[in-house]
Amino acid sequence: MYRYDEFDSTLVNERVVQFRGQVARRLSGELDEDHFKPLRLMNGLYLQLHAYMLRVAIPYGTLDSLQMRRLARIARVYDRGYGHFTTRQNIQYNWPKLAEVPDLLAELAEVEMHAIQTSGNCIRNVTADHFAGAAADEVEDPRIHAEIIRQWSTLHPEFSFLPRKFKIAVTGAARDRAAIKVHDIGLQLRRDAAGEVGFRVIVGGGQGRTPMIGPTIREFLPKADLLSYLEAILRVYNRLGRRDNLFKARIKILVASVGADIFAAMVEEEWRALRGGSLDLPAEEVARIAAYFAPPPFENLPAQDTGFEAMRFEDRDFARWCRTNLHVHKQPGYAILSISLKPVGGVPGDATAEQMEAVADLAERYGQDEIRVSHEQNLVLPHVRLRDVHAVWQGLVAAGLGAANIGLVSDMISCPGLDYCNLANARSIPVAQRIATRFADLDRQHDIGELKLKISGCINACGHHHVGHIGILGVDKKGREFYQITLGGSAGEDASLGDIVGPAFSYDDVVDAVESLVETYLDLREEGELFLDAYRRVGLAPFKEALYAGH
Amino acid sequence: MSARIVTANGLRDGEVLYLACGGRWSRDLAEAEPAETEQAEAALMAIAERAVRCRDVVEAYAMAVTVEDGAPRPLSQRERIRAAGPTVGTDIATERGR
Amino acid sequence: MPVIKDGRLVEDDWTFIPDFLPLDEVARPVVSLARWRDGDCALRARNGRLGLRLPNDTDPAAIGADLDRFALIELEFPVFKDGRAYSQARLLRERHGYRGELRAVGEVVRDQYFFLERCGFDSVSVAGDKADQGRALEGWYEAMAEISVPMQPAADQRPPASSLRERRRAAAVAS
Ligand code: HEM
Ligand code: SF4
Repeated sequence: MYRYDEFDSTLVNERVVQFRGQVARRLSGELDEDHFKPLRLMNGLYLQLHAYMLRVAIPYGTLDSLQMRRLARIARVYDRGYGHFTTRQNIQYNWPKLAEVPDLLAELAEVEMHAIQTSGNCIRNVTADHFAGAAADEVEDPRIHAEIIRQWSTLHPEFSFLPRKFKIAVTGAARDRAAIKVHDIGLQLRRDAAGEVGFRVIVGGGQGRTPMIGPTIREFLPKADLLSYLEAILRVYNRLGRRDNLFKARIKILVASVGADIFAAMVEEEWRALRGGSLDLPAEEVARIAAYFAPPPFENLPAQDTGFEAMRFEDRDFARWCRTNLHVHKQPGYAILSISLKPVGGVPGDATAEQMEAVADLAERYGQDEIRVSHEQNLVLPHVRLRDVHAVWQGLVAAGLGAANIGLVSDMISCPGLDYCNLANARSIPVAQRIATRFADLDRQHDIGELKLKISGCINACGHHHVGHIGILGVDKKGREFYQITLGGSAGEDASLGDIVGPAFSYDDVVDAVESLVETYLDLREEGELFLDAYRRVGLAPFKEALYAGH
Repeated sequence: MSARIVTANGLRDGEVLYLACGGRWSRDLAEAEPAETEQAEAALMAIAERAVRCRDVVEAYAMAVTVEDGAPRPLSQRERIRAAGPTVGTDIATERGR
Repeated sequence: MPVIKDGRLVEDDWTFIPDFLPLDEVARPVVSLARWRDGDCALRARNGRLGLRLPNDTDPAAIGADLDRFALIELEFPVFKDGRAYSQARLLRERHGYRGELRAVGEVVRDQYFFLERCGFDSVSVAGDKADQGRALEGWYEAMAEISVPMQPAADQRPPASSLRERRRAAAVAS
């Protein structure tokens, strides 16, 4: 894991002092809300429905146990004992007090964490594949360059007042677990014909009210050129992105309006002038950062572990959990272990302080002290010996974190919706809870198989509904909560946007509608066919028929 | 009977507040002072805007309610949730007592 | 309106002259881009005593050849959230080699000062009464001191963290 050196920690501490000053100027009246708002937003502080909300960055989703314990402590001391892990590898606290936020930030800085640029029209927290450094299919650990980007983008003097927010995601594998095609910039590490490692550069994807799958503007960018190329993209965007209309200000609108080819040509032209300059990191600096992400000391273990196999054989619940919550690790004898934050009836992505501490303990004891936060609002222990998996599972069950549903219908993404969010049209979380309760039977969920259901409380799409196999969007119909359903979206390497099935359903009816969609799929699927594949084969018609026939 | 009340958030703590009789801010929706005429609403908003300038509250606005047995009840779902807290059931906030 | 320049509040001796007014009597006029473009020989001959106000949607390359004619270029912030002029400033300094004074005008507030300075601005206009101006100057000093280690190279002289690390490595090798 990356460790701050004196320069990183100086900056983060100075940023705390700076924000303390900004809060003091707000409280003394020197700053009014109009001028304070962009400043507090640049430090992740919102005013939500009930209270302030603070968004804390978990850069590229990587944490250690010390940091997780600190997040727990903050939940306890400054909030109401819990936090909400989001789809952007952040954690949100729903009840902090403005006057206490500077102290909270100082506590974060002590463990090398911050809320810098978690909101505002700047380069946001850089996200990465949550299996980075552990996945068997990885070309290279994406976090090395995610960290390089984090540093470069921090308090960037030219790009702190962009037309709109800017989100960058990085993955090191062909299998896309970071939704890179629906980010402002998506970067995929790959090898060219000569075996060199570089990036595929995707620009102008996004969700929100105008969802778009980003086009590739460069098939291969040498690693050494990353920052100059990013600076070129950002500069073109900062100069030409629309500022007259908030809804048209994202880079995706610029890319779509001039065309990806022309946009690419503008970037290349700017880049020619920038490359080879002071942005090129010396090899020693890249090596310094890379060293922090060196694999932990893995033991040489056989690929199978007899104890683990025996436990799976004996314990049906454990076996079932293993089927969904374990993933192949690159190192024989190890597994990647997903911790579901989607217990039936719970709030997707929420964890209590006690649960955070339990995860920290397990990571420290069995997981090389590493924890990841996934964009699907779950946690991950990336390096667990197969022999320890059962013990970890027992610990998780004891902490109420034993849900065996990763990738299944109850493993939903849900935004905070009208229960917390100022912009919402409708509630998201209670819909997620009711769907999870309807499908509570795990055997049934396993029978249904992989199904990604994603819920947003408004068109901003924080809950990724456009790219859900089933997407649910809260809309307001004459003051009542309604839900529009889309089908066939995907956030992976085969990214696609969902199609609207038809008129929206009421709060009361939406769960029945989802069940009816699932039943329709079960009826028409072919042997072993997943929901998304079945939908792509048959299209909307049968689902529409099931939902609206007789209406 | 329909009316309007004025609400805001506390500047320092973010707490949801309602403008009550005598220009006081209350956490309790039941204490909100309903305005039945435009003039009355404008008078409440004038008090609220002063409180914004004096940095007691932020984001003050008027909202629609019905008044039944003297108690205001918000018309919109948003304001009902804002008054009562999240409806998510397992919310730890409610378990711990607000 | 005064400006903050080199850490001091100074009276602004430049005057922006709208296109329809004559320049004759003005010692240090600032003209619009349109006026400069349509300008006659007399305007072009005002070497060094001319300022230019560049709209923030203009590519600085458009005046790249004329830069040594201007002692001052004003870049605009119509509202402080509109950050286009940061890019213009860096381009002027780093790409086109502009060495004259670069000034931020419009809605320019304390929380931009550090970013402005890093992008190559050397003066900012200050609004308000005497008290506001005093606060702005104080704010300027605070802003310059707030962040001591920038994380990326820009148009200023501050060495970013990457070069400081580089230096330290070199020192370690040398010793
Ligand atoms: C509760 C306070 C929140 C507010 C006020 C908020 C606001 C917004 C807005 C306005 C957009 C649309 C941006 C655009 O289209 O230009 C957006 C997009 C998004 N937000 Fe949020 N959001 C909130 C919470 C969250 C949470 C909890 C998550 C993660 C679960 C999240 C993740 C995202 C993502 C992934 C997008 C879509 C990607 C994009 O186009 O930017 N947000 N948010
Ligand atoms: S999708 Fe809408 S309701 Fe949900 S968190 Fe985002 S802005 Fe709020």
